[in-house]
Amino acid sequence: MTELTMAKAINAGLRAALAADEKVLLMGEDIGTLGGVFRVTEGLKAEFGEGRVLDTPLAESGIVGTAIGLAMRGYRPVCEVQFDGFIYPGFDQITSQLAKLTYRHEGSQSFPVVIRVPYGGHIGAVEHHQESPEAYFAHTAGLRSISPATPHDAYWMIQDAIASNDPVMYFEPKSRYQRRGEVDLENRGAAMHESRVVREGTEVTLVGHGAMVAVLLQAADIAAEEGTSVEVIDLRSLSPIDYEPILASVQKTGRLVVAQEAPGNVSVGSEVAATIAERAFYSLEAPVLRVSGYDTPFPPAKLEGVYLPDADRVLEAVDRSLAY
Amino acid sequence: MSYTEATVQLLSPQGTLVENDLSAPYLPLIEKLDDAALKDFHRHMVVIRRFDIEAGNLQRQGQLALWIPSLGQEGAQVGSAFAARPQDHIFPAYREHVVGRIRGLDVMKIIEMLRGQSHGGWIPAETGNFHLYTLVIGSQSLHATGYAMGQKFEGADEATMVYFGDGATSQGDVSEALVFGASYQAPIVYFLQNNHWAISVPVDRQSRTPLYLRPSGFGIPGVQIDGNDVLAAYAVTTANLDAARSGQGPRFIEALTYRMGAHTSSDDPTKYREREEEQFWSERDPIARFETYLKSKGADDAFFSEVAAEAEDLAADIRARTFALEAPPASKVFANVYTDPHPGVDAEAAWQAAYEASFDGESA
Repeated sequence: MTELTMAKAINAGLRAALAADEKVLLMGEDIGTLGGVFRVTEGLKAEFGEGRVLDTPLAESGIVGTAIGLAMRGYRPVCEVQFDGFIYPGFDQITSQLAKLTYRHEGSQSFPVVIRVPYGGHIGAVEHHQESPEAYFAHTAGLRSISPATPHDAYWMIQDAIASNDPVMYFEPKSRYQRRGEVDLENRGAAMHESRVVREGTEVTLVGHGAMVAVLLQAADIAAEEGTSVEVIDLRSLSPIDYEPILASVQKTGRLVVAQEAPGNVSVGSEVAATIAERAFYSLEAPVLRVSGYDTPFPPAKLEGVYLPDADRVLEAVDRSLAY
Repeated sequence: MSYTEATVQLLSPQGTLVENDLSAPYLPLIEKLDDAALKDFHRHMVVIRRFDIEAGNLQRQGQLALWIPSLGQEGAQVGSAFAARPQDHIFPAYREHVVGRIRGLDVMKIIEMLRGQSHGGWIPAETGNFHLYTLVIGSQSLHATGYAMGQKFEGADEATMVYFGDGATSQGDVSEALVFGASYQAPIVYFLQNNHWAISVPVDRQSRTPLYLRPSGFGIPGVQIDGNDVLAAYAVTTANLDAARSGQGPRFIEALTYRMGAHTSSDDPTKYREREEEQFWSERDPIARFETYLKSKGADDAFFSEVAAEAEDLAADIRARTFALEAPPASKVFANVYTDPHPGVDAEAAWQAAYEASFDGESA
């Protein structure tokens, strides 16, 4: 076991992937000499050279579009989009090209491209720097979308993403970058698309991903003090979603609250809620409830505490669920 | 926008060689071509035009969802295609049927795509590195640039050529491609077919500057050619691909040509352009002038008859094979969405198959 921050864990995972396969390339704005604005790629250009770690021109569509061409050439590009809200200039290349090219090629060509996206709030930043755009990509066939909640998962899941022969959106909860955690460098644990019970309980199931998992664990602690036993599931994979642990949990608890930073309207949480309602109807004692960011643009930073679901808002939903 | 003082032309619309300062560097490349090569230029231009007409007919008869004609652009396409070497990679837009044919693509794959049997689906490694069509305007310019970056990283003796049109030059992706291509000095030739119309919008809405000048702002040499001159297209593309392949960085060619037909079978050019303009360009047709040139070099009627017969044969073959096409299986909906196994797609495919099977035994 090694204790690492999430940023260092991703860095270590990228280093391992670069060392294992010379076709792995890192591409992005400021990722080379500077090591990225969050220093996630720090030291990698010095170690592997500018031919492997590319400081690209400042153009997201260009980064993704040229990564597609490099993938056709046999490379495995790992692109960093600097901030969640800066991904949209690359949206066409991700959703209309990268996601569909394997299908267009009828399988003769794979597109093992990873898009790393620092996402989410809690960092008090300006507009376009705190968003949660994962639903757009989870909605798009041809992409896989994952998000680690811990340094351990961050270390292994980035390597899983790079090893995947499909395009993978790798959403990094940037508010967790500097949080430390144990990383088992020998044993990977859950596979890339598995969801996982991270705290066992009996009365209510909470599901979330990324930075929300820590909020759910905090809520579970508070609930326990109040005498309520809460189970927490880390979704880990947003597309495809591994429903089995959620179904098993709901069959036990009969109650489900899904939480996310993203706006609730047409969200990943909505998909979980709908699927559990379809597949576990007779197990449910209460309607599935969602706790989400509001259906507004991400507000100015001084209001992020209003916008972002915290333990209290999660517990409010837990109370509502228990009241049925 | 038509020919300018900078337009490189080797063969005049009257079918005679042009000898001036602009043509001088390129004429030696033409002198190296033997008669068989010149005849191949003609053969491909004529055959694809016949194919194009046949495909248009098939669309009108309801056999195709859409047809995208290349009528009038055969000179730019055939000349540039023959300039590429076998190891080079070609990224087309969606109108470069003859480029694919020259590289080894069975053009039936294009028919299948526009009938709605596939989204393309040919295998570039088996079609002379002729990559798939891209329908979102200009997107392929970035894929080609990335591909060429890979060629550069490896020091390969290869180049990439990407085709796009005048409308695409307004797309951000094309500008970003020029930025990346220049920044990494990728071995790529950006081949712009300026056919003067982006559906109904004339090229002067896309650019107030002649488009061959635009790449200079990105640090990329640009040249303008008469795109209806197959010899200029061949020679200038050869020189530029050679430059790119030999490490001199990206190049840009603007081929002035004209979309003699509609944008697609869904379009009606009589709503937005003048008959006089079409007449101007029909007098500069790429095939007519080259036929005159070949005759002046001694090509006989037997040759032209043979080419005409080959064109008819292809048209008949395409027609027969189109009528023989069967609908793709339902399973194709779910195939190759991903490379690695995907539980969601697998589950939906199984559900759909069971749903279909549930109708077995029911009368229609």
